Amino acid sequence: MRQFTYERATSAASAAAAVADNGNAKFIAGGTNLLDLMKLEIETPTHLIDVNGLGLDKIEATEKGGLKIGALVRNTDLAADERVRRDYGVLTRALVAGASGQLRNKATTAGNLLQRTRCPYFYDTNQPCNKRQPGSGCSAIGGVTRQLGIVGVSDQCIATHPSDMAVAMRALDATVETVKSDGVTRSIPIADFHRLPGDTPHIETALDQGEIITAVTLPPPVAGRHVYRKVRDRASYAFALVSVAAIVRPDGTGRVALGGVAHKPWRVEAAEADMPNGAATVMRKLLDGARTTEENEFKVTLAERTLAGILEETKG
Amino acid sequence: MVGTAAVSVAAANAGASAQAQSTTATIDRHSTQVSFTVNGTRRELTVDNRTTLLDALREQLALTGTKKGCDHGQCGACTVMVDGRRINSCLSLAVMHEGDEITTIEGLGTTSDMHPMQAAFVRHDGFQCGYCTPGQICSSVAVLEEIAAGIPSHVTEDLAAQMQVTDAEIRERMSGNICRCGAYANIIAAINDVAGRPA
Repeated sequence: MRQFTYERATSAASAAAAVADNGNAKFIAGGTNLLDLMKLEIETPTHLIDVNGLGLDKIEATEKGGLKIGALVRNTDLAADERVRRDYGVLTRALVAGASGQLRNKATTAGNLLQRTRCPYFYDTNQPCNKRQPGSGCSAIGGVTRQLGIVGVSDQCIATHPSDMAVAMRALDATVETVKSDGVTRSIPIADFHRLPGDTPHIETALDQGEIITAVTLPPPVAGRHVYRKVRDRASYAFALVSVAAIVRPDGTGRVALGGVAHKPWRVEAAEADMPNGAATVMRKLLDGARTTEENEFKVTLAERTLAGILEETKG
Repeated sequence: MVGTAAVSVAAANAGASAQAQSTTATIDRHSTQVSFTVNGTRRELTVDNRTTLLDALREQLALTGTKKGCDHGQCGACTVMVDGRRINSCLSLAVMHEGDEITTIEGLGTTSDMHPMQAAFVRHDGFQCGYCTPGQICSSVAVLEEIAAGIPSHVTEDLAAQMQVTDAEIRERMSGNICRCGAYANIIAAINDVAGRPA
């Protein structure tokens, strides 16, 4: 790990200011992803700003009937919150499908959104990777691609976003609340928060340098059966090959978002009208334009069958 | 990890270290003073900022019960309790634990006065080489507390109902602790025993 200087932030805006002027500075909260990457020298910040003391660790009801989740709320606390379990079951299910008990006790809401891909070529510093070193090339294309993206991919990057939580938040139409060093706040719909790789796979979110997440807001609860089904190589503690977050009403209509297939949680609202017509119809629109490899084309079938299983389970 | 700064370790009592750091005290640009409680004893350290909680415990405080396995949060050998919650001490910086209360395997019990979970691991032969065992035991204690606190898991069927101790719940909740000897069946028996369930 490279040397770095360290400070404890006293306010969100001052934390933002400390990073705004220093491209080599990073926020640290749970640290479960950042420290892993720093040990591998994939992340090499020269200054860390510890934001754990900012008090952004509460879950509060909003005037609109939703929930405002502080950026520092730990995954365990979010999953266990009585209101989340009751009204946003898909979110609890997604959270407990991710990582391990130890990691969920540290990992934060904002950190989960900002975690980096687990593409093996991003992790292997001996290989070119446009995300790790812009312009160096993509080793994944033409490489081992079984785990990698099938939709929204580019010629520069086929990595996936690894979060489960974010997939449920996409289905719930969450909003990411931020503040910049000058105190200006933004509300970014989660649909616009994560970017597709395009020509700049190293730019992963809509955040500006020095902009800090303060909360994630959920709209009022969405009625229907909340399901998160994750398919992976082990029964527990593994990243998704494919995951499906779904909210299904008794008449078969609803919402569906996919994990493990793209650079961001993948949802196409126009496909959801077809939910009563079955998974194959939905998936044709949801995965329209998919660019698969021989190794990962199974994800198309797997996504369809996973959704079919959910639609069967939630029938009537 | 090689620390460049001179390291001073003081097991100061509460009175002697009255100036608890409310802001960061930087010794040189890359080292920081931090104080926390380990197994009931107040500790004050100066650490290279890169020092993980795991390395601070093992290398500076000589509490070598907590083990370094993968050093990347994948194996669980480094599991300790911080403020009553289990975490991977390898993925946490020591400087981030100002004022925290840390419990390691040494704080759970001793050879002459074992924690019930330690005794159950011995009784059920819940280990072979023993390297993962401190992490397994810290995690096991936390798992039963998490179930009692109503924290759901991936295999919890009804999110609204009271959580139960079942084999499936234990397996799922212990998935962050790897045992390459494969003592899993006996670990489950030990946890069931402490939970008061028939083996």
